[in-house]
Amino acid sequence: MAKRVGMEVAIAVAEAVGLCDIDMAAVYPITPQSHIAEHISDLVANGEIDAEFVTVESEHSAMSAVIGASGAGARAFTATSSQGLMYMHELLPIASAMRLPICMAIANRAVSGPLNILNDHTDIMPQRDCGWISLFVENGQEAIDLSIQAFKIAEHKDVMLPVNVNIDGFQLTHMVESFEMPSKEDVDKFLPPFVPHATLHPAKPVTMGAFAMSDYFTEIMKAKDEALKNSKKIILEVWDEWAKLFGRSYKPVETYKAEDAEVLMLTMGSMGETAQMAIDELRAKGVKAGLVKLRLWRPFPFEEIKAAIKNAKKLIVTDRAITFGGPGGPVFAEIKSAMYAEAQRPLIYDYIYGLGGRDVPVGDFIGMFEKVLADTANKQADTYEFWGVRE
Amino acid sequence: MALKTWKELPIGCVVSDPGSASEYHTGSWRSQRPIWDNAKCIKCGICYVYCPEGCVQQTDDGFFQADLDYCKGCGICAHECWPRAIKMVEEE
Amino acid sequence: MIEVRWHGRGGQGAVTSVELLAVSAIAAGKYAQGFPSFGPERRGAPVAAFTRIDDKKINVRSGIYKPDVVLVLDSSLIGLVNVTEGLKPGGKLIVNTHKTPEEIRKALNYTGTLATVDGTGIARKEMGVPIANTTMIGALLKVVGIMELDAMKESIEHRFGRIAQKNLNAMKRAYDEIKIYN
Repeated sequence: MAKRVGMEVAIAVAEAVGLCDIDMAAVYPITPQSHIAEHISDLVANGEIDAEFVTVESEHSAMSAVIGASGAGARAFTATSSQGLMYMHELLPIASAMRLPICMAIANRAVSGPLNILNDHTDIMPQRDCGWISLFVENGQEAIDLSIQAFKIAEHKDVMLPVNVNIDGFQLTHMVESFEMPSKEDVDKFLPPFVPHATLHPAKPVTMGAFAMSDYFTEIMKAKDEALKNSKKIILEVWDEWAKLFGRSYKPVETYKAEDAEVLMLTMGSMGETAQMAIDELRAKGVKAGLVKLRLWRPFPFEEIKAAIKNAKKLIVTDRAITFGGPGGPVFAEIKSAMYAEAQRPLIYDYIYGLGGRDVPVGDFIGMFEKVLADTANKQADTYEFWGVRE
Repeated sequence: MALKTWKELPIGCVVSDPGSASEYHTGSWRSQRPIWDNAKCIKCGICYVYCPEGCVQQTDDGFFQADLDYCKGCGICAHECWPRAIKMVEEE
Repeated sequence: MIEVRWHGRGGQGAVTSVELLAVSAIAAGKYAQGFPSFGPERRGAPVAAFTRIDDKKINVRSGIYKPDVVLVLDSSLIGLVNVTEGLKPGGKLIVNTHKTPEEIRKALNYTGTLATVDGTGIARKEMGVPIANTTMIGALLKVVGIMELDAMKESIEHRFGRIAQKNLNAMKRAYDEIKIYN
């Protein structure tokens, strides 16, 4: 068992990626990802890792560069946040269509406008339909572990899809906390060399990113959908293997005191740990509260969600993003959709919270439970609300 | 040729036969073809440079001709040839 | 679990202090968090930084609203920022100042446990610069007793290299010289 160390999570993520024998990184700095960009460039400049660090003039170029590098057979990495991710947006579906196993760390930050550098999920939610595997972490240990696992998942011959690992900006990235850093030997045991499905090489030329007409486009989209759905199987296998090697197990959906819970809450990202404390306090008061933590966002874990929530009377979904003028928070909408055809399902509530870095203390989580419990006529069920908004 | 099903598509839609465009003989689109008058041709190579198809080739004796498998008869070579050595004539 | 809120100005090293404290506490086998208040932090702007130290895993990630200890790195913030806001009853206030405890109590209308030391003065003497962030770590460890002073040695040496010893000297002096008034 490795020793626990204290380090800033962003630096730790860069260190973890450095353990993965990346061939290339193109990372354009943006708050709050910048420490990841800086530290990876330090590792390359100091010769601690043998990789090309390509300095680009924008995130769009960063994603273009990693697409090109991955196409040429390089293990490629990038990282971004917020506007940077929005700037990369047009390339994300291309990366997944080309089945390139690029790994990206996203230090989740609010999307403008107005300008806000602090933490929420409004940057990743618009990327939902891009065909990338999308994972959320809760703490520094998970940020490290999933950053390493991402390469193995992405590069598996039955996956070959890009992966993004979502790490709450500032809330996690700028936190010094404790975790175990895997050793290089252990990561080498876990992560085999990258074997691309095709490479851009003069000796055996191929075309990547060609044009397709309407007679093929539908079939191509279907193939991509199937690839993303099938990747779940591999993700579970990789998590099994990680558990055996490192003793830490991960699941698409994790629960805390949820088995006999009457009211469940669902969180994604670092809020989950604070919410756990609220569950403890509520249980101590006799409330049958429980927590469901969504780790795998894409491909969406339908079976695990259904199993985790179907027996609860009420579910409080917490969303750190909103689809304006639509059905509320994106997680809320997807959970409802997942449960639509189920004969047994809870009443589902939605609180939009933690936007633009607004802090959510334990008391707020308790407040959400109390509000939902007080709604005995179930009038607020199926609706969304901005938690704590000044009216 | 039957269209592929989604399962038959190559991963990432990678086209792994290089130079497959050469199988498509666009010369069949032509309604006019370029004819060189080598008495007027000064071997400047402008027709070769301007051909958008890249199908004007230099022969062993230094004059030029179009590869009729690909020449679409656009007439740019004739338009650019300043000694007016190239004429576009109708295809039969 | 102990929760400490530091008040300083951007550029005075409050964030560095909470980071070093967290790294050292973790190396000593504890669990810890060190993080800044997140905002536009230019030099001179009032900033807060946070420390949590516990013997078991820390789950809470929100800001610290009811600190056990408040440490004021720059006493010019008194009157500008409500430094004692949320300080638990029975909590401790540590102030880097050359003023008397009576003056501090009056300025803050504070009657709880107060500890003062002229950290800036010590830093100037020992390090030649009026930057008291590492100095005040000594003050904190004396008042709170959560770790031995020695536990800071490795992280300070790693961060400060050649000037590490001066920082350690200043830290020790604050540890020895801080006065606690109940």
